[in-house]
Amino acid sequence: MKHQKIAFGVMLALFAAAPLVVYPVFMMKVMCFALFACAFNLLIGFGGLLSFGHAMFLGTAGYISAHAAKMWGFPPELAILAGTFSAFLLGVVTGLLAIRRQGIYFAMITLALAQMIYFFYLQAPFTHGEDGIQSVPRGRLFGFIDLTNIFAMYYTVLVVFFAGFLLIWRTIHSPFGQVLKAIRENEPRAISLGYDTTHYKFQAYVLSATLAGLAGATKAIVFQLASLTDAHWTMSGEVVLMTLLGGLGTIFGPVVGALIIITMENYLAHLGAWVTIVQGVIFVICVLTFRRGVIGEIANFIKKPL
Amino acid sequence: MTEIFGVPTQALFGQLLIGLINGSFYALLSLGLAVIFGLLNIINFTHGAQYMLGAFCAYLLLNKLGVGYWWSLAAAPLIVGALGMLIERLMLKHLYKLDHLYGLLLTFGLALIIQGVFRNEYGSSGQPYPIPQELAGGHNLGFMFLPNYRAWVIAVSLVVCIATWFVIERTKLGSYLRAATENPALVQAFGINVPRMITLTYGFGVALAAFGGVMAAPIYQVSPQMGADLIIVVFAVVVIGGMGSIMGSILTGFGLGVIEGLTKVFYPEASNTVIFIIMAIVLLIKPAGLFGTQK
Repeated sequence: MKHQKIAFGVMLALFAAAPLVVYPVFMMKVMCFALFACAFNLLIGFGGLLSFGHAMFLGTAGYISAHAAKMWGFPPELAILAGTFSAFLLGVVTGLLAIRRQGIYFAMITLALAQMIYFFYLQAPFTHGEDGIQSVPRGRLFGFIDLTNIFAMYYTVLVVFFAGFLLIWRTIHSPFGQVLKAIRENEPRAISLGYDTTHYKFQAYVLSATLAGLAGATKAIVFQLASLTDAHWTMSGEVVLMTLLGGLGTIFGPVVGALIIITMENYLAHLGAWVTIVQGVIFVICVLTFRRGVIGEIANFIKKPL
Repeated sequence: MTEIFGVPTQALFGQLLIGLINGSFYALLSLGLAVIFGLLNIINFTHGAQYMLGAFCAYLLLNKLGVGYWWSLAAAPLIVGALGMLIERLMLKHLYKLDHLYGLLLTFGLALIIQGVFRNEYGSSGQPYPIPQELAGGHNLGFMFLPNYRAWVIAVSLVVCIATWFVIERTKLGSYLRAATENPALVQAFGINVPRMITLTYGFGVALAAFGGVMAAPIYQVSPQMGADLIIVVFAVVVIGGMGSIMGSILTGFGLGVIEGLTKVFYPEASNTVIFIIMAIVLLIKPAGLFGTQK
C-alpha cells in the first residue's frame, strides 16, 4: 500500500505540473484515455473479463454530452453527467446480454454489440454521420468557471481523472474488489463459497462502462467534438493495447500505457497506416514476451504490487 | 411486374441471392473459426485479414504474374495457409498454455499489422478483379436474372462446407481431430503427432478463409479493409450458432446471410445491424447458441 501511495503522489504531482512544460491539450487527451484505460482495466485486470467493445461507452457518452451541451444548452457539468449516465444505461443493457457467456465469447459479444451501436451512430441523424458533432461549447463550469481558459479546462479534467482513478482504486481494495479477484482466479470456487459471481461481474461491468463513459463525456467537452472514431472497434482495440502495454491488472499500468500510446500516435500521426502497424507490432510483442506490461515488470522487480 | 408482400419479385430474389452470397462467406469463415477454435482454443482474429490476403493473393497473381482465377483458387489458399502455419509455429504455439484471451490479442495484433501493411501499399480504395470468362454472363430464370459467377460461388461454398463437415464428422482423420479436441494428451499417447495436427488444422482454417477471399474478389472489390468488418459479423454468427457443431456453423452462416438479405428488402435501415440484434435475442433465449452446448 505504501508504494502505491508514493506512486500516486508522484503521478498527481506530475500531472499537476505537466501543463507548465507540456502542451496542455495533449496532456488532457492523455488523462481522458488514461481514465478510459483504467475503467477498462477494472474489468479485465480485476474481473478477468475482456471487453472488446469498450468504445461503445466512450462513443455514446461523447455523443450524448456533446449533444446535451450543444443542442440542449446544458452546462458542462450536467452535459458530462448526462453522457456518463447514458454510458451507465448502455452498460446495464449490454451487460445483461454479454454477461451470459464467458471468456472468449464475452469478448466476441461485446465486440459485436459495439459494432451494432457503431452502425446506429453511423445512421442516426443527431450524430451527423462522418462529420460528428462539431464545435461543442465548453461553457462555464458551475456557472462561473470559464472553461475556454485552457488552465481551467486542464484542472477540471485533472479533477475528473483523479476522481475516477481514486474510485477505481478504492473499488479494487474494497471487499467487492477482493471478491472480483477471487472470481478472476477461480470462479467455481467463488461460487462454492456462496458468491453470486454473475451479479458481481455484472456490477463490475456496469461500473467499468460508466467510468469509460465519464472519460468519453469529458473528452467530448475538452475537444469540443464527438465523432465516429470514438465508437469504432479500432478504439476498443486501442484501449486493450494501452492496458496490455501498461500492465493488465496493475493500478498504474493503464495510465502509463495511455501515455505511451498517445505519445506514439502523436509522433506517428503523419505516417498514416504506420500507426496501425506499430500498434499491431506492440500487441504481438506484448503478448509473446512482455505479458506483465511496463508497470507489471517494475512491480515484479521491486516485488510490490503497483 | 409481380409482387410479394408489396415488394417486386426481382428485388426480393435479387436480395435473396446477395444474402446467399454473403451467407456463403459467413459460413466459410465461421467454419474455419470453429475448426481452429476446436483444436487450438484460440479465436483467430486474423481470420478477416487472411480472407483479405486470399483476395489480394489472387489480385497480385493476376496482375504481377498473369496467373488467372482458376489457378489462384488453388494457389492462394495454399500460400496463405502456409503463411498461417508459419504464424502458428512461430507465435501461436507459445500461447496454448496461457489464458485464451492472449490468443485473441495476438491474432488481433497480427490483423492490424497485415491490414496496415496493405493499406500503406494500396490505400483504402478497392481494386477491381475480373470475373473469369468461363463464368461471365448469366441465365434468366424467368422470375429473376442469375449471374453465373454468383451461382458458382454459392454452389462451391456449399460443396466445400459439406466436404469439410464430411471429413471432420465421418472420416478417420476427422475422428482423430475430434478426439484431439476432447483430449489432446490422450491422442498424443496413441502415437498421433498432435502438434503437427494443430499446425495443419490452423493452416486449413486459414486456407478456407483465403479461399473465401479469392471467391469474393470478383464480387466485392479487393481492398485492405474487406475483412475487417466482416470478421465482426462472423463473430456474431459464431455466437449465434455456437461453435460446438460444424453443421451448425454452416446452417447459421447461410441462414443469417439470407435473413440479412431479406432485411435489405423490407427494412433497409436495419440491414447492417440485424445480425447483431439476432445475436442479442439468441443470447436472451439460448445463451449457448442455437447449436451449442454450454460448458
